[in-house]
Amino acid sequence: MSNAPVDNGRRRFLTIATSVVGGVGVVGAAVPFIASWNPSAKAKAAGADVEADISKLEPGQMLRVEWRSKPVWIVRRTPETLESLAAHEDQLRDPDSEQPQQPEFAKNRYRSLKEEYLVALGICTHLGCSPQHLKNGAFAEQVEGVPEGFFCPCHGSKFDMAGRVFQGVPAPLNLVVPPYYYIDDNTILIGSEEGAA
Amino acid sequence: MSNKLLDWIEYRIPMMRVAKMHAMEYPAPKNMNFWYVFGFLATIVLINQIVTGIWLTMSFEPSAERAFASVEYIMREVEYGYILRYMHSTGASAFFIVVYLHMFRGMIYGSYQKPRELLWVFGMFIYLALMAEAFMGYVLPWGQMSYWGAQVIVSLFGAIPVVGEDLVIWIQGDYVISGATLNRFFALHVIALPLVIVILVFLHIVALHEVGSNNPDGVEVKRKKGSLKEEEKTKWKMHEYYTNKYDIVDDVVPFFPHIVLKDLVAFTIFLLGFAYVLFFNPEMGGYFLEHPNFEHANPLKTPEHIFPVWYFTPFYAILKAVPDKLGGVIAMFAAIIMLVLLPWIDRGKVKSWRYRSGIHRYNLLVFAAVFVFLGYLGGTPQEPWKITASQICTFLYFGFFALLWLYSKNEKTKPLPERISK
Repeated sequence: MSNAPVDNGRRRFLTIATSVVGGVGVVGAAVPFIASWNPSAKAKAAGADVEADISKLEPGQMLRVEWRSKPVWIVRRTPETLESLAAHEDQLRDPDSEQPQQPEFAKNRYRSLKEEYLVALGICTHLGCSPQHLKNGAFAEQVEGVPEGFFCPCHGSKFDMAGRVFQGVPAPLNLVVPPYYYIDDNTILIGSEEGAA
Repeated sequence: MSNKLLDWIEYRIPMMRVAKMHAMEYPAPKNMNFWYVFGFLATIVLINQIVTGIWLTMSFEPSAERAFASVEYIMREVEYGYILRYMHSTGASAFFIVVYLHMFRGMIYGSYQKPRELLWVFGMFIYLALMAEAFMGYVLPWGQMSYWGAQVIVSLFGAIPVVGEDLVIWIQGDYVISGATLNRFFALHVIALPLVIVILVFLHIVALHEVGSNNPDGVEVKRKKGSLKEEEKTKWKMHEYYTNKYDIVDDVVPFFPHIVLKDLVAFTIFLLGFAYVLFFNPEMGGYFLEHPNFEHANPLKTPEHIFPVWYFTPFYAILKAVPDKLGGVIAMFAAIIMLVLLPWIDRGKVKSWRYRSGIHRYNLLVFAAVFVFLGYLGGTPQEPWKITASQICTFLYFGFFALLWLYSKNEKTKPLPERISK
C-alpha cells in the first residue's frame, strides 16, 4: 500500500462510472437472451396471410380456415340471423364493439365488412378454447330466445352470431375479428386490411 | 489408514465437519412425529425426478413433430422405458402430495413463525418453482392436454394490461403455442428450473439448520446460553456450532441416525404406495396422467373439458370463480401470495395448534377442507352450482387468512410447557 492520500471523490466517481458502464454491458448482453424468445423469422413467415374461397358457402354454413395456427371462422349468416342480432343487445357486454377487438371497419352491429359474412377468430377470449357453433335452436338452451350462437365448452362463455359476448360469463370480450378484406366476391384474404399489405 | 485418508481430506475440504454439523451432531427434537417425514420424502422424490428425468431426455425429442412419438417410443420400444417414464410422472404427483402435507405440517405446528419466516418463504419459492416445473413438464409429451393446458396457462399472462398480448407472443415464441414453445419449455424444464429448485432446497436446509427444527409442541429446544442447569442439557454430543451459542435442552436426539431411521420407515411405506401406482395404476384413473393426453396435440380441436393436473385444480377453481379475467388471475396469484405472507399474517406467539385456541384449530381444518374441495371443483366438469360453490370456497380460502390475522393478536392460548412433554 502506498501512503498517497486517499481521494474519496475520485473513488466514488470511479465506482459509479464502472458500475454504470458495467450495467450498460449487462443490459446489452441481456438483449440476445430476451430477443431470442420472440417469434423467429420462420414463425413470422408461417404467420403470413391466407386466402379463403367462400364461393361454395351456403347460408347458415361455417367455414374454418387456419391462420397463424388459429381457427378462423367464416359464417354466412342468413337474413333471419342478421335480423335477430338487434333483439338481444341488452344482454350483451359490449354490443357496440367499444373494446378494440376488431379492425375499425368491423365496429358495427354485424362486426363485419359485408353484413352477410362473419369473419372471426374461433377462440374464446376467456382462456383460448374454441367455442362450438350451436344452431337451429340449440343455443336457446344457453340463452333463452336466442336460437343460434357460439358456446364455449370449457367455462361456458356465450357469444352471439356477431361474436359478441353475453353478460355473466367468464369471457370478458367479444371474439376477435382479424384483419381481412375481399380480394373479389368469392375470396377473402385473412391477415391484412385492404391497402395495408 | 482410513483415518489418515480422512484427515488428509478433512485438511482440504470440511467433509466430516459438515456431516457432523448437519447430521450426526445436529440436534433434532425427539418428539418429531410422522408429520416430519415429508421433507425427507420430498428430497427422495426430487432425486427420483432428477435421475429419471436425465434418463428420459436420452430418448425424448423436444419438437412439435417428434415429441409425442418419442414418448410413445420410450413407452413401447426403449427397454424399461415405460418404468422410467411412469416413475417420472408418478413422481410428479407424489412430489405435490408430500409437499402439500409438508406445508400443512408447517401450518398446524406454526413452523413458519418467528424465527422461521425465511425458511417458510424459501419453501414457498420451492413450491412456486415446482409448479412452473410441473406445468412445463406436462407440456412436453405434446398431447391434447399438454397443448390446451399450456394454452390456458400462457393466456393468463394476456390478462395483464397493456403488455399482456405481446408478452404472450414472447413467451410462446410464436403467435400460438407451437414447437418453439415446446422447445423452450423443455430447456427450462430440464436445466433452468431444476437448477433453481436444487439451489432453493439447499437454501431451505441451510435456513432450517440455522434456526433449528420446530416440533409438534412448538417449544424451542435451543435456549439462551447459560439459562439451563447442567442436568437439563442434552447428554448427546451436539456440534459446537450450536452448543457455543445456545444451551440445548435434553429433549433432542442427533438427526443421524435417529431421525433418518424413522424417515426410512416412512420411506418404505411411501414406496408401497408409489410402487402400487407405478406398476398397477400409473394413470391413477386420469388424475396423474389425463386421458386426453394420449391423443396428439391438435390446435384446431379443443378437448371437451380442460383441466390442469390435480395439484393445480384448487387454484384453477379460484381462477374460474371470478367472473373477470384479470380479476381471476389476480385472485389466483393472491391465493399463493397469502400463503407466502403467512408468517406475518399470523400474529400469534404460540406456534403449535396443540396449545392454540379452538377457533384456530377449527380455522385450519376448514382451510384444509376448503382447499381439497376447491381441488374437486377445479378438476371436474363445469356445472352451474360449482361456480357458486367455487365462489363460496374462494371466500372461505381468503377468509382463513383474514380470520387468522384478526384473532391471532389476542388469542386465548393454553400455557406452553417448559419442556417438550414426555
